[in-house]
Amino acid sequence: MLKIEKKKILLVDDDQDYLFQLSIAIQDMGFDVATATTQKEAEDIIEKLKPDLAILDLMMENQDTGFILCHIIKNKYPDVPIIIASAVTAETGLLFDVDSEENRQWIKADLFLDKGIRMDQLHKEINKLLKI
Amino acid sequence: MGKLNLLVVDDEPGIRSGIKRILESFSVSYPFMDEDFDFEVLEAETGEEAIELLDNYLFDIVLLDNKLPGIQGIEVLEYINKQAIDVIVVMITSYASLDMAVKATKSGAYDFVPKPFTPKELRNCLENIAKQLFLRRMTQKMQVEGKQIRFQFLSVLSHELKSPINAVEGYLNLMKDKRNGDQIDDYKEMIDRSLTRIDEMRNLILDLLDFTKIESGKKSRNIKPVDLCEIAGRCIDLVQPLCIQKDIDIHLNCNDKVSFKSDVQEMEIIFNNLLSNAVKYNQQGGRIDINLTKERGNTIIAVTDTGIGMEQGDIEKLFEDFVRIKSEQTKHISGTGLGLSIVKKIADLYSASILVDSEPGQGSTFTIKFPENE
Repeated sequence: MLKIEKKKILLVDDDQDYLFQLSIAIQDMGFDVATATTQKEAEDIIEKLKPDLAILDLMMENQDTGFILCHIIKNKYPDVPIIIASAVTAETGLLFDVDSEENRQWIKADLFLDKGIRMDQLHKEINKLLKI
Repeated sequence: MGKLNLLVVDDEPGIRSGIKRILESFSVSYPFMDEDFDFEVLEAETGEEAIELLDNYLFDIVLLDNKLPGIQGIEVLEYINKQAIDVIVVMITSYASLDMAVKATKSGAYDFVPKPFTPKELRNCLENIAKQLFLRRMTQKMQVEGKQIRFQFLSVLSHELKSPINAVEGYLNLMKDKRNGDQIDDYKEMIDRSLTRIDEMRNLILDLLDFTKIESGKKSRNIKPVDLCEIAGRCIDLVQPLCIQKDIDIHLNCNDKVSFKSDVQEMEIIFNNLLSNAVKYNQQGGRIDINLTKERGNTIIAVTDTGIGMEQGDIEKLFEDFVRIKSEQTKHISGTGLGLSIVKKIADLYSASILVDSEPGQGSTFTIKFPENE
């Protein structure tokens, strides 16, 4: 039987419970997942493997960890689509919480999503970015 | 019913009438809002027309297309900023034009709606904005009423409170779907995590009560000479179980009585916060020293630990509301990010200074110096 390679999605979030639940939901969508709770863990993972897509939390160790990771991933794998998921958009009214001009130039994410997004919507967005 | 005035700027008549139709029967309601919001839509075909309307009417929201026949959307946005017009701008754009998105963000655009958009996407976006505007209005109202509650505080708070609820809700849904099978034991980890998150939330609420009481100045204070040695002793008893778990030695160093005119509860809050930090961020088998001294009329509390310590840059952030120093070492330590800002607020009531001396990997000393208050 032909084995179809599953697409790999990298999930990075410092809320371990959100990460766990999100990874279950995404596995249910038929993807493989790799998870990391810190910037360093995420960097270690992308050293070893190239994900097909990454979903990053924005505020982790620092308010802009998500952007930094985004920058690192895009440098290494320019074709990997990245979603930045954040709870801060609706809460603070700040769309991107970056403090310096250089940081702003980094914003290379393909999509910004609110963390409250429903899983079926998320699935749609992932498929769109993966062109499935 | 509250009304939000919305201006649509787009040269395509189809988009304008589409947005009008989508919003005609749309209103936003939330359990915590005392009124629903609906939308009053005005249209502009060009950027020039938009600017004229913005000069003459008050709008809450502008939906702004970038590609316009005359001046571009981004220029309208720049005009709004230059004139400091208080309005939330949503750019109607495509994901493709990311450079524009970055530029618009720099100029203060609040959100983007991709083009072509579905009615649902537009409604979602406006729902968030309505919520934000509501909070903003409420904050303004409270400021007018002299209540010093900051918008930023409320919003971060709602985030902090929402995260544990989301986590617990997620686990309950997994259990409801019988994700791990029929045995309750299969869910032990999910149950434990849920309980942990609820615990954290309780701590946050308790901290928050202390915090708001101090903040509002409503807390009744009973200032009289108290013995700090005795209070410190009581607070040590509270953290003792945690110290035993981590094999931490805790030493109280004071000669006899250290009397200080203050409110007992406030001193307890200070000791509880400093001690629980000294335990939480300490290493296995570490040590804590509490030194209580009198020095030229000043009363000094110093708490020293042998914990993970921190960088100079982090010390400055330490006393801000909800700030927690996040690192590889602290990620498994739970906290509300309010403890030290509470300590700071109390210290301020006594015009006391707080000094933090810390060395990464070595430990930290928190010294509070209360001036004479006889």
